[in-house]
Amino acid sequence: MTEVKMLREAFGKALVEYGSEYPNLVVLDADISASLKTGEFAKKFPERHFNFGVAEQNMIMSAAGLATTGLIPLACTYATFSTMRACEQIRSMICYPKLNVKIIATHGGIEVGWDGPTHQATEDIAMMRSIPNMTVVVPADATAVKPLLRQAIELDGPVYFRMGRNPVPVIYNNQQRFTLGEAIKIRKSGKVLLVAAGIMVSTALETAEMLADEGIECGILDMHTIKPLDGAALLDFTKSSDLVVTLEDHNIIGGLGGAVAEWLSENNPKPLIRIGVRDIFTESGDPKELFKKYSMDSQYAFTTITKFFN
Amino acid sequence: MGYSSELIKDLKEKSNLIRQESIRMTCSAASGHPGGSLSEADILSALYFHVMTIDPQNPKLINRDRLLVSKGHACPGWYAALALRGYFPVEELSTFRQINSRLQGHPDMRKTPGVEMTAGPLGNGLSGGVGIALGAQIQSLDFHTFVLIGEGDFQEGCLWEAAMFAGFHKLRKLTCIFDHNDSQVDGPSHEILDVSPIKEKWRAFNWEVCEIDGHDMTQILDAFAWAKKPHEKPTIILAHTIKGKGVSFMEGQAEWHGKAPNCEQAEQALKELQEAIQ
Repeated sequence: MTEVKMLREAFGKALVEYGSEYPNLVVLDADISASLKTGEFAKKFPERHFNFGVAEQNMIMSAAGLATTGLIPLACTYATFSTMRACEQIRSMICYPKLNVKIIATHGGIEVGWDGPTHQATEDIAMMRSIPNMTVVVPADATAVKPLLRQAIELDGPVYFRMGRNPVPVIYNNQQRFTLGEAIKIRKSGKVLLVAAGIMVSTALETAEMLADEGIECGILDMHTIKPLDGAALLDFTKSSDLVVTLEDHNIIGGLGGAVAEWLSENNPKPLIRIGVRDIFTESGDPKELFKKYSMDSQYAFTTITKFFN
Repeated sequence: MGYSSELIKDLKEKSNLIRQESIRMTCSAASGHPGGSLSEADILSALYFHVMTIDPQNPKLINRDRLLVSKGHACPGWYAALALRGYFPVEELSTFRQINSRLQGHPDMRKTPGVEMTAGPLGNGLSGGVGIALGAQIQSLDFHTFVLIGEGDFQEGCLWEAAMFAGFHKLRKLTCIFDHNDSQVDGPSHEILDVSPIKEKWRAFNWEVCEIDGHDMTQILDAFAWAKKPHEKPTIILAHTIKGKGVSFMEGQAEWHGKAPNCEQAEQALKELQEAIQ
């Protein structure tokens, strides 16, 4: 059986290590430190951890203030709360002056499941992606978290780092190299190019296996950095493709699907299918059942792609 | 406390010049916010020319005192104070709000020397000050952080998140100044959304409060001396001010919040201000 791990647990572990390595790292929470797994960091570096309570605007704006004193604040909460409750602080007070603040979000997408649409961030990537100076990172598995987090910390400027809630399949081993802004070429290019981000990378892998059995070869790009988008990888991989399919746990408007659609229409027009949340609010439920009901599982991707070629 | 008459005279003259420059800037830009720039002028004069430990030649000194003007629209006054204090040439004030200028319509910390924090969207400055005060605490830096707020800040919810946090964490080197001119875009604040009771609110959030006439220089200096003394809590100076202070036809008139004087009005305003320091 495939090994599954929570990204936020990997984040919590990496944080403790980076706390020693980067003495100017400060971690901010908004009453959900247990969810964000920042507890170990808080225990080890209490003078560099602050719980702001349920007051996200103050947390995000204080992060801006902290950054002006030379510290690197990581402001941690759910994706809906940071990007929506504190959107203006992120846009006008962090991104506009290009302050060195990292917005660490979990509970991105409908994979949040049971908590329902109020807690399922399905617009966050679109919002963060449209703000100048912002880098948007969506790691696909627990292995990707640590190296991408290090690069996010070392990048001088705002970063939106988006993770999910649940354990997801481990895709990468420790030898895998990760570079911000460079998509990972998981499968060689084929007739179909699957471009995926976050937990949908494992869905893309499943889909590619199913399609291979039908004789349809798929390339896969893990677009862990949605902004800046890796145009070079897209150029390389779309050469041999008749169809591009994006897979994301986010509204198909404005996120990865939107970004790839923009890139394709400007650089290399190809037929495109966007798999993701179809501009609706979903509902509470088991994530697996939600992905099936809302046409976001590998079976749906497989059927849609085979239909395209028939 | 006793201050020399020269000091008071000098600071009053500086606030007068801040007011004059604010009138010139908004007139030449044909836009901007003169009313609040005039109400905050005495407070800015005291901070930049007496209270704060700063060096305009080294605006990024790590141990400098910080002022964040949360009511960012009142930046003509802020820019004038910075220029007069030597952060950039006074002549540059005439570029306010024009293309290629370092003086944006609302303050941009990356463009204007001395601007500690980008401002404009109200309610944010106090949180910025909280972050800076925490940054000082973490790094054992010894400086004071001042945040100037107005009615608009007061009405924003996020200000109270910051107030609660600062009170709870006893950020004793954080001082808020409320430029209480009781006036905002749509009219008198007490008619739109009354902010009173003020002192009780801040005390309930665990702040120490001091109340002054925001145009009486001795009271202003006393208040800052009080704020800089060791406290167990963050401090707020409730400064009663008059919107458009110093210009007869602007005083207490909410319409001058975001309206620029035309040439004739500016001439009249400058005449009144110049006469006041002769």
